[in-house]
Amino acid sequence: VTTRTAHALPARATARRSLAWRRGAAGMLYAAPTAVIVVVFFLVPLVLVFWMSANRWRILGSPTFNFPDNYTKIPDNQLFLDSVTFTLKYTAITTILLSGIALALALSVQNARPGVGLFRTAYFLPGVVGFAAASLLFYAFYTQSGPLDELLINLGITDEPVNWLGTPNAALFSTIGMVIWRFAGFNMLILLTGLQSIPLDVYEAARSDGATRWQTFRYITLPLLRPTIALMLVLSITGSLLAFDQFFIMTRGGPDGTTVSMVMVIFREGFTRFDLGSAAAISVLLLIVLVLLNVVQLRVLGRNR
Amino acid sequence: MRAGWYGSGAALSILFLFPLLWGGYESFQGQAGSGQESGFGFGNYTRMAEYGEGIATYLFNTAAVSAMTVFGTLVVSTLGGYAFARFRFPGKEILFLATLAILMVPYATILIPLYVVLGNLGLQNSLVGLSLVLIMFQLPFAVFMMRNSFEAVPRELEEAALVDGCTTFSALRRILLRAVRPGLITVGLFAFLASWNDFFAPLILLSDGSKFTLPVAVVAMRERSFGAIDYGALEAGVMVMAVPCVILFLVLQRHYVQGFTSGAVRG
Repeated sequence: VTTRTAHALPARATARRSLAWRRGAAGMLYAAPTAVIVVVFFLVPLVLVFWMSANRWRILGSPTFNFPDNYTKIPDNQLFLDSVTFTLKYTAITTILLSGIALALALSVQNARPGVGLFRTAYFLPGVVGFAAASLLFYAFYTQSGPLDELLINLGITDEPVNWLGTPNAALFSTIGMVIWRFAGFNMLILLTGLQSIPLDVYEAARSDGATRWQTFRYITLPLLRPTIALMLVLSITGSLLAFDQFFIMTRGGPDGTTVSMVMVIFREGFTRFDLGSAAAISVLLLIVLVLLNVVQLRVLGRNR
Repeated sequence: MRAGWYGSGAALSILFLFPLLWGGYESFQGQAGSGQESGFGFGNYTRMAEYGEGIATYLFNTAAVSAMTVFGTLVVSTLGGYAFARFRFPGKEILFLATLAILMVPYATILIPLYVVLGNLGLQNSLVGLSLVLIMFQLPFAVFMMRNSFEAVPRELEEAALVDGCTTFSALRRILLRAVRPGLITVGLFAFLASWNDFFAPLILLSDGSKFTLPVAVVAMRERSFGAIDYGALEAGVMVMAVPCVILFLVLQRHYVQGFTSGAVRG
């Protein structure tokens, strides 16, 4: 009897181990396509961008090592320096306006009432229009003498068509208007998921304690919504820092290069000046800033949980 | 109170819908010097259709890229989500983290070297290459979503099949695929909207006019018009890009919102 168990045990263990091995191999096989895409189209380019930034790398011709030239010339790139200031300004204004409007929209449609679905859909609908299409649509909306001008003239606010993209500030705020139109519903939807995860009995308790509407919002909704608001802010800040389509298409960086974003400078270095090394160096800089921002943000989010 | 809520809601709805409705109206509206000289009709659309390589080419390119991206994203993320939810294998955690890390890296930072990588793979100026890149950008959301979908399926469902001698793949194909269908629709919808509308990736990765997708082609059409811009044709182009997305969204709205409530939305 003893010999038999002594034999049977390792055999069963081997069988179990071979089954586990086979399951492991199957898992690797299923994960293989993900791994190939992530390695070839993400990790390899990620390493390559650092290597490119250490080289004189033109679109044609073979690269030569020139570290740290691509980095040391960044402070002399006035266009880039201006784009940093401009992008930060754009990010600050957009994030504040967008979050405020999204929060107001979310609060106004958070409760189930007849017709509320239609409002939600209407607010969100611009979000499915492509950003490039939205930029073109608003380009026409602003520059073709159109409904906005007629309205303002009829109201007696101006007596001639406004040049919506004509001055630096007009171009900036016209763009922000388009971005709010396109993304307010998107951010509203994010906030709604947070609002709807707040248990109803918390509100009931507040009401039975005689809390006013403002007190309920200030001391219950807002604190419980903080993680969701934080997520919305990360998305809005990251998205705005990487702004490209809206300025490339709608203002074309104008007037006089006053609305050139950081990513537009990267594009210009790489594909107008054909200097991929320089584009890579600025990209690496942007990457580091954004990863730091994400880490800080994740810390803050983590603390709240 | 109630009337005020409905009133302001209706006013805001009109405000949000107005630019699209205006663009739609203008795309049919006649204007001297445009494809629709006067009155109301499809003139702007026919003018736009004749631009460059012809709208048929750009529509085909965009549809092809979208189809490849949606199909590729579905296949890769289904297999990957299954692997992450149900199997243990070496490197699992690292691969999952690496997939999510795609979200942290700016679009531009990864597209500059991708231009070189695709060149080395012989995929420069290629719709297949562009689709592979767009699949990569979809993976964080898609794999996360599909992993959660598989995890939500009770294990007993497939274990019975596995005991009966089914392979893990036939369990996936015959049983699990039906259970994760809502997740698949959400992932497919997100992949479609992203690939149909993307501007930056095709702008960098496609160099030949005959390969352009709609967003790049319509922007190029505006740049090409010297002097007076043909607004009618421009608005027609915007409508061709926007209307399919609007219709698809209205049909699949529930699944879109699902993507948000799963907490997997970024960018």
